[in-house]
Amino acid sequence: MKTCLIVDDSKTIRSVARRMLEELQFTTVEAEDGKQALEVCTKNMPDVILLDWHMPVMNGIEFLRALRRSEGGGAPVVVFCTTENDIERIQEAIGAGANEFIMKPFDTGIIESKFAQVGLL
Amino acid sequence: MKPEDFELLSGILKERSGLALTKEKVYLVESRLLPIARQRGLDGLDGLMAALRSNSEEPLLKDITEAMTTNESFFFRDVRPFESFREVLLPALLKAREAKKHIRIWCAACSTGQEPYTLAMCLREEAQKLAGWRTDIVATDISDEVLEKAKAGVYSQFEVQRGLPIQLLVKYFKKVGDMWQIDPAIRGMVRYSQLNLMGDFSKLGAFDIVFCRNVLIYFDQNLKVEVLDRISHLMPSDGFLYLGGAETVIGLTTKFMPMKGQRGVYHLASETAH
Ligand SMILES: C[S@@+](CC[C@H](N)C(=O)[O-])C[C@H]1O[C@@H](n2cnc3c(N)ncnc32)[C@H](O)[C@@H]1O
Repeated sequence: MKTCLIVDDSKTIRSVARRMLEELQFTTVEAEDGKQALEVCTKNMPDVILLDWHMPVMNGIEFLRALRRSEGGGAPVVVFCTTENDIERIQEAIGAGANEFIMKPFDTGIIESKFAQVGLL
Repeated sequence: MKPEDFELLSGILKERSGLALTKEKVYLVESRLLPIARQRGLDGLDGLMAALRSNSEEPLLKDITEAMTTNESFFFRDVRPFESFREVLLPALLKAREAKKHIRIWCAACSTGQEPYTLAMCLREEAQKLAGWRTDIVATDISDEVLEKAKAGVYSQFEVQRGLPIQLLVKYFKKVGDMWQIDPAIRGMVRYSQLNLMGDFSKLGAFDIVFCRNVLIYFDQNLKVEVLDRISHLMPSDGFLYLGGAETVIGLTTKFMPMKGQRGVYHLASETAH
């Protein structure tokens, strides 16, 4: 089973995402902000990261830049999942190393199709 | 639904669009047809059926037929078909059509345009290899309503997230309010027209690749066979046919054979497997 790290400061979003991902046969780990997420990654690099943008302590884009610079941090597939939906912001995320980008609100269909696009399903 | 109403309705649908309305699909009737009744100030489904009995004028028949079609579609639907299109079929045709430098593709039930635009984007991504080539994408559907939307090329945030890779969204779409508008250059690569697969389509000319996905599934056995047969006449011997994920030619016709290693792709039986 593949592991997905869910990074979001909203507990509700995390649990909604967790349920969807478990249905798609992923093992899930959670983090509330970028800093926690980095700690998780240092211990155990996940296969895929579902990443919110706006979070306290360390936001998604800062986390992603730090991840991609870290050892083994090039490996996980990173899928942004955020309310941001401007082309400039999406380009910024891709530039920082995101593989896919989900604009909230999302549903299982969107997760499934995005994960299939990046070869996870 | 009363048995006589079911019979009348299923008869009309079968004759006009080939839709085989089965008893299991009756639940769809109410949700799809009530808006039409309301629009015309008719009293529910019963009122609509009564109107249909007393005076079955063309606009009403057309609205009912269109309302009963299923139009769901996605960009890059099922992913793999478009990979095989870019990686296998296109290279094969680039070789085979080297002299003519012309490729023609038909989307035979294009719905709201996601399928032809997906192909247009794939071709655009291969622009280098196609320099000096002419590529036609002809997209048809029975429903004028979906064709309007396809021509506009404007999609909701939800629609652009079902299958479209993010890199292609930022490359080929512009955000207009809450909606996403496809690049006019991509839109210009597709020629739309209204066409019923039940009628003659030989005038469309020959096609190297035909996408006939997720439409035969609604037809009865005989019509499936007949449409497949007529499609085969439009294809050169090295042409390809794409069907939807739940569709096959097996048990229907021996004119087409599944292509080895490529799910959903078929070639004419006279041609040996690639
Ligand atoms: C589910 S959509 C398939 C769209 C696209 N090919 C795909 O796979 O995503 C089916 C389409 O078939 C069209 N259709 C149904 N009966 C038809 C007929 N007799 N001739 C042409 N199109 C028809 C409907 O209007 C609808 O847009």
